[in-house]
Amino acid sequence: MGTKEKVLIANGQGFWGDSILGPIRLVNEGPLDYLTLDYLAEVTLSIMQKLRSRDPKMGYATDFVKLIDRVLPQLMEKDIKVIANAGGVNPHACKDALLEVAAKHGIKGLKIAIVEGDDILDDLDNLMAKGEAFANMDTGAPLTDVRDTVSSANIYLGAFPIAEALDAGAQIVLTGRGTDPGLVLGPMIHEFGWKKDDFDLLAAGTIAGHMVECGAQCTGGNYTDWRRIPDMAMIGYPIVEAKPDGSFTITKHENTGGLIDVSTITHQLCYEMGDPENYLGPDCCADFTSVKIEQDGKDRVRVSGAVGSPPPETLKVSISYHEGWKASGQLTICGPDALDKAKLCAQIVWDRLAFDGADYSAEERFEEFVGSGVCHEGIAGGTNYDPVEVVLRMGVRGPDRKKVDRFGPELVPLVTSGPPGVTGFAGGRPKATEVIGFWPALLHHKYVSTNVEVFES
Amino acid sequence: MTKIQLNRIAMARSGDKGEGSNAGIMARSDAAYAFLKAELTEEVVKAHMAAINTGPVTRYAADNMRVLNFILHNSLGGGGSASLKTDAQGKTHGLAVLRMEMDVPQDVIDATPEPA
Repeated sequence: MGTKEKVLIANGQGFWGDSILGPIRLVNEGPLDYLTLDYLAEVTLSIMQKLRSRDPKMGYATDFVKLIDRVLPQLMEKDIKVIANAGGVNPHACKDALLEVAAKHGIKGLKIAIVEGDDILDDLDNLMAKGEAFANMDTGAPLTDVRDTVSSANIYLGAFPIAEALDAGAQIVLTGRGTDPGLVLGPMIHEFGWKKDDFDLLAAGTIAGHMVECGAQCTGGNYTDWRRIPDMAMIGYPIVEAKPDGSFTITKHENTGGLIDVSTITHQLCYEMGDPENYLGPDCCADFTSVKIEQDGKDRVRVSGAVGSPPPETLKVSISYHEGWKASGQLTICGPDALDKAKLCAQIVWDRLAFDGADYSAEERFEEFVGSGVCHEGIAGGTNYDPVEVVLRMGVRGPDRKKVDRFGPELVPLVTSGPPGVTGFAGGRPKATEVIGFWPALLHHKYVSTNVEVFES
Repeated sequence: MTKIQLNRIAMARSGDKGEGSNAGIMARSDAAYAFLKAELTEEVVKAHMAAINTGPVTRYAADNMRVLNFILHNSLGGGGSASLKTDAQGKTHGLAVLRMEMDVPQDVIDATPEPA
């Protein structure tokens, strides 16, 4: 446990696919104690399971290793600790790749910790035999409905194993599936010695984590009044200035772009929000309506007064399964009469496919006319609106891969055998890609056990 | 009463939430929040978003943030990964709510700063 009065914890990667510039600039452009990085979307672990089954050295976030290769000397020099869920389903392979990077830079004594216990794919049948139904949280259906096609199953672990890894002296903590806010709460538990029943403090850290977990989405990205946001190209990523009493300030490095005020922070609190009084997690239940959010100088927002309560007896589990196939493609249809011609194009494709025996039900086929108001259907644009051009997007889905693949070759012939003004075909014929379904479920905490292991370069 | 777009007195953020999406609507002033809490009901939002959301709508309020959070329970065209829609994650649903036209008392508008 440390004795600091203030700890700086940043998020440099808001999601799988976020810019590498975020974390690189956080390391270079100002003071920092902890850098947290989120690499896992809901179905990422399923893709990683597949990659590992083809190559036992894969199954983790390779982007993370590339990042560490670019910033490791600075991390060592500035003593910045890194917490990332980059381990995926193969944290040991990720650790081995990091040790190679350390060797390349001639760095000895780098401590890497692995947090394990989230991956329950091999235990599923055992747990189901013990009575855990893994009912789908959205639909109530039992997991037995899709058990044969399950490709990954991971518990959203909490922040205490991360704190344990930091207590053991780790400079890089690798996890698999955990909650996003846990990446930020973990170092607070480690630094301030918070206990498992300090529910108000754990709620404060959870709320801080939620505010920064999507990176630049709390510093002016995806913000309603976008004209207010200066220098979005060089947008700063968020930093939590955490204090032992649970109050904290969200800020960013000086001379970075973007904006932090009460409304940019409130925007992010709304993201993926359900019942604001009951934000459930593995460490506590946080009440978003309890906090006071106030401006505390330029690009600084102070948050205080968080109230928490005990977590539920169950932890959330992320399960993914094979849900069939889909294919989609697009063409641009130029006016005059762009929308009418695009509708005709779509009908031509469906008619030709039906002629060849490929009938798709209303559930299985899809068409939309981008530019005529597809995002705000029924509200703006619509059938009376004639844009200069529209993008015709069409697709099919279903359990039969061959039937889904039959669709692609009938799209491009429209260029020569449809109405005039059809263009913009690029990227090859649409091909069937796997649909990976997401199955959220619950597991009693008595079945959860975690393990922390430290390795050194 | 003056007819305005909701954007004049509120801001929004949205994203996916299971088979549906959530749209957090943030009032731009205390007066706007009091008005919206009374007028921007589940029924009003359900009717406005009917072509996008086929499921029920649930509303939560967070007074400390002047936020009304709407859950649109079936708005992604068959779930995030199976959906073929452009906006399969509901990223634009908040802006869709802000396009709503409402009759608002002039004193509420006067008490609310204009969007940038």
